[in-house]
Amino acid sequence: MHEERIALSDSKAGLTAAAYLTPMTSSFSDFLRDSAPELLPGVRGLNVPAEMARELPHGTTIVATDFRGGVVMAGDRRMTAGNMIAKRDMEKVFRSDEFSCIGISGVAGIALEVVRLFQMELEHYEKLEGRLLSLEGKANRLATIVRSNLGGAMQGLVVVPLFAGYDTEEGTGRIFSYDVTGGRYEEQRFHSIGSGSVFARGSLKKLYADGMDEQDAITACMQALYDAADDDSATGGPDMSRRIYPIVVTVTDDGYRRLTDAETGEYAESVVAGRTSAPDGPAASLREA
Amino acid sequence: MPFYVSPEQAMKDKADYARKNIARGRDGVVIQYADGILFVAPNPSRALHKISEIYDRIAFAAVGRYNEYEILRKAGVRYADLTGYQYDRQDVTARGLANWYAQTLGTIFTDSPKPFEVEIVVAEVGEAAADDQIYRITFDGSVNDEHGHVAVGGRADRIGTVLKEHYSEGMSLSQALAIAITGLSTPANGGEQRVEITPSQLEVAVLDRTRDHRTFRRFTGARLDALLAEAADADADATEESDQAGGAEPGAGANRSTGTSPSPKPSNGSKPTESGTDADGNGGDSAS
Repeated sequence: MHEERIALSDSKAGLTAAAYLTPMTSSFSDFLRDSAPELLPGVRGLNVPAEMARELPHGTTIVATDFRGGVVMAGDRRMTAGNMIAKRDMEKVFRSDEFSCIGISGVAGIALEVVRLFQMELEHYEKLEGRLLSLEGKANRLATIVRSNLGGAMQGLVVVPLFAGYDTEEGTGRIFSYDVTGGRYEEQRFHSIGSGSVFARGSLKKLYADGMDEQDAITACMQALYDAADDDSATGGPDMSRRIYPIVVTVTDDGYRRLTDAETGEYAESVVAGRTSAPDGPAASLREA
Repeated sequence: MPFYVSPEQAMKDKADYARKNIARGRDGVVIQYADGILFVAPNPSRALHKISEIYDRIAFAAVGRYNEYEILRKAGVRYADLTGYQYDRQDVTARGLANWYAQTLGTIFTDSPKPFEVEIVVAEVGEAAADDQIYRITFDGSVNDEHGHVAVGGRADRIGTVLKEHYSEGMSLSQALAIAITGLSTPANGGEQRVEITPSQLEVAVLDRTRDHRTFRRFTGARLDALLAEAADADADATEESDQAGGAEPGAGANRSTGTSPSPKPSNGSKPTESGTDADGNGGDSAS
């Protein structure tokens, strides 16, 4: 076996060994803040004119519902910049870790950075500490990340996530919403965010039933997204010809699972077929049966 | 304190100090198998780990002083996560990490009053066995590029010899574990008494190239017991075949301590006791 003496010069990020060795928190975003703040999401002291903020790519409707055994989260695929469709196959719902998912609305570029940072935050903690964070802990970390973008939000670069996961302690799915100050609110049953959320929420109000199974919960989400796309130009409906469907994920005690395009395609087809005869979707009965 | 110590003497004293203290502790074995890289270390603690995940395809194993290699482990995770975040996940390499460890340990060795009493291994699993990498970094920052297998700790040389005798490419996981345990039972220098390896006090983990994304997997509880049982079978098979193939070898017979029989290689035709992949495909594996 031969030895290699490694050259002492290192051309990486300029971080000294001390930055890595000094015992500090297990938070990746705190580590970045101390060592490489330029990598954090957001504007960092820039002044963005409002007209420019409006023209940056935005999106969305994201919906989440809980069901018997976990949560479903679904998001549309459209990204708009001003009145143009900037992207038709945007992904807005992501796995944050094995037992949770995150959906994003607002300015796409910064939102994606927030997702990336959040994913890294959770993985970093897990590797350093040897355990997964509690679901509450994860929700709190996300709140801090959202809060740190408040400066940008005040200039119109708003990013608002929706967070959902399976709480292994309590054995249920849970949903958390946020505001731009980093306020964190637990939601019951269902919730929606984004420009189309008003319409999606109205739809879910009539379609949601307690104790739904997974298939019904997914169908309800698809209907809600369809209704949002019907009334909000910044939300896209299922693109049947290009086969671009909403992203649908579930989180249960088996963990995170993203439905394949084939699976979401089936749901989309059945929703769209139903709408051909009933364009406003399934009607709720006027009085409780 | 003398006014002057020659640099040579100072370095030698530090090196002797580190070597002596590392030799006092337990050992560890890193060994390639068909589907990845196996890490085995005797460890009486359930919570304080010697073997850990650094990144998707990279793991870290250490012997020596726990608090010192814990600092290095955490620093390695920070380094890897930052690099992956700045660039991309696939841009994090064991080579880069090993270089960083070499630099850091070298600086600590030279500058600190006391060197770190650690020996670490950084390994990366590739798409194919030929792409696997294993680096051993010593307390003074020397990096060694290892192939196939490596032992670290006080009995490293003797264990290394045993591993070399038994190792072959493309082994199954249970065969590799059997060889690792054989190696770890090697008597200490100057002794003939084989070291007792208690299954409940083994830390075992793999980098499994057949897994997506994060390939590190720790074996604990029932899964570890099952794997150890398979390893014991694989060991028995190997001994059987060496008996049949070897004919009249002095002292072979039914002797299960394969360390004493001349180089029996587990043949590729041996009974496949397990497929080399893990039973449950589901995720949810955290480091503990």
